[in-house]
Amino acid sequence: MAVQALDAARLPVDWVKLVQKLALPTALFVVAYGVVPAYASGYLVEAILLPFLALSLAAVGLNLLTGYCGQLSLGSSAFMAVGAFAAYNFNLRVEGLPLAGTMILAGISAAGFGVVFGLPSLRLRGFYLAVSTLAAQFFVQWALTKFGWFSNDNPSGVISAPHLAVAGLSLDSATGRYLLSVTTVMVLTALVWRLVNSATGRNFIAVRDNETAARVIGVPVLRTKLLAFAISSFIIGIAGVLWAFTYLRTVEPAGFNLDRSFQILFIIIIGGLASIRGAFLGAAFIVVLPLFLSRLGAFLFGGLFDSGVLDMSQRIVLGALIIIFLIAEPSGLSALFDRLKRRIGSRSS
Amino acid sequence: MIGASLGAAAYERAPEISALLAGAGRVDETRAVRLSAKADAILTLSGIGISFGGVKALSDVDLEVEVGEIRAVIGPNGAGKSSLINIISGLYHADRGRIAIGGQSFSRVPASRLARLGVARTFQNLALFGGLSVRNNIACGRVHTRRASFVEHIAGLPRARSEDAGIAEKTDQIVAFLHLESVADRLVATLPYGLQKRVELARALVAEPKLLLLDEPMAGMTATEKAEMAGFVRAARDRHGVTVILIEHDIGVVMGLSDRVAVLDYGRKIADGTPAEVRADPAVIRAYLGTAEGENGEDI
Repeated sequence: MAVQALDAARLPVDWVKLVQKLALPTALFVVAYGVVPAYASGYLVEAILLPFLALSLAAVGLNLLTGYCGQLSLGSSAFMAVGAFAAYNFNLRVEGLPLAGTMILAGISAAGFGVVFGLPSLRLRGFYLAVSTLAAQFFVQWALTKFGWFSNDNPSGVISAPHLAVAGLSLDSATGRYLLSVTTVMVLTALVWRLVNSATGRNFIAVRDNETAARVIGVPVLRTKLLAFAISSFIIGIAGVLWAFTYLRTVEPAGFNLDRSFQILFIIIIGGLASIRGAFLGAAFIVVLPLFLSRLGAFLFGGLFDSGVLDMSQRIVLGALIIIFLIAEPSGLSALFDRLKRRIGSRSS
Repeated sequence: MIGASLGAAAYERAPEISALLAGAGRVDETRAVRLSAKADAILTLSGIGISFGGVKALSDVDLEVEVGEIRAVIGPNGAGKSSLINIISGLYHADRGRIAIGGQSFSRVPASRLARLGVARTFQNLALFGGLSVRNNIACGRVHTRRASFVEHIAGLPRARSEDAGIAEKTDQIVAFLHLESVADRLVATLPYGLQKRVELARALVAEPKLLLLDEPMAGMTATEKAEMAGFVRAARDRHGVTVILIEHDIGVVMGLSDRVAVLDYGRKIADGTPAEVRADPAVIRAYLGTAEGENGEDI
């Protein structure tokens, strides 16, 4: 009886906690699957949400490697390219392969690639490792241009997104591509969230924070680093599929150049290293910044602010912001967000 | 516990063995006792030498550590104390000599297998994982017992969950043992220095090692913190039966804490014995205070 009474007393408290815990995911779910498909304009989906989702996912992947495991990589764009071209080829050459299967196989291809180009991490650290991941960047772009097989002998190496469908349901419309994208990003982000909060995720952080101590207490350092490369590349590869199939629809190898790798690195620096939320905040920032700048420029300078000036000003603003963030807030937008939340919380109470 | 009882057993066996050896007419009785200790030594270093770029950091060092003892290794700055502990834990490789840990003999101790050999250590300069909470830092100390793969962790399969539960329980015990409850969920980087040192001890103890290597665990602490830390080290030995090797710069701290003390100077072992013996050893006094007898006579 006493036990039952205790349970009954505890129950309401648990409900409150449960509601608090589920409030944010539920809100996200409603917005992602209810509000956006019903009300968002084609422009919003095509020009903002689709690149935002693909870049967010790539940033989540890179954050796993660089933010959590401390292995600096400049090869993200190469892993995106491997994912995109692998998906194109699996879809083209394997009859009747479902879309999910194509994406998973593309991710696995990118993971294999990531492990190979992650091998130098067993010897190299920091800046030197970053330089060695550049090799991945140049090699992939070269190989995809050089060998026509990868683009089914398209003269300019361009691949086009195939017809997208899940269980006979066409996803070729903007909304369909959005739903595919948002579902993929949600599922993979949830898995990454589980991973970083598990013992494996703590091994990543241990290797990042003190490799010697990690080795001595029995963290398998080499295996942990390669695992980080594999999982990170898997996710970035699938982000590449989304980038090619749902956002751009036609891509060429040159689209996955070093600029894209830097862009993803900037996303996690601005958003916050070792933070999943930071990857999304950073991606939103990077996607919205040029739009914001062009509106602001047009408003202030009118016709003088053409696309060339926009491009230039975007680089200047981004460069300045990265310097400011590295100095003033190394933990990025994610930490700013936390501070804002705390300030609002303390004011209301 | 097991270690302590083993140690006791060795002492009981000692006369028997010495009688045997005396009967064989090979060695005198004191030597026989030493040999019996060897049979029960958890760590034996023989003829260890290492040099860095021509500078001999250690030469021909022998050390024997019995199960269940607190053994201090002291010496002035640059005497080679940290080199010694780094050789035992496999971070440095000795140029000469062998290291036997719990019956297995190595010329190079494999650092990645150290935890599974039953050896845990702390570092002179803190080596914690700044991005993890105190509790998670400590839990990392049992990572060598984990078998579940990352897929099992993501999916939350039974093996991963039972490992997590087991490790959480051990972590809680150590947190309570070292009085870290009030800071257990804080990021370790936000703690004051003395507490961080204690977290490092906790991370080593949670592995339930047979041999615990402490590299200057009291360096930079206040007198109160030093006394507290000494109490924890002694309690760890008494309750968990762990054998402790304690590197210390400060000779005063270790005298009350250690069962035996080895003294290094310029890479050589110059004395080894009980605290009282070592304190009275002229070579030790010389090493610590310089050749003061020449000026002031024997009154030091």
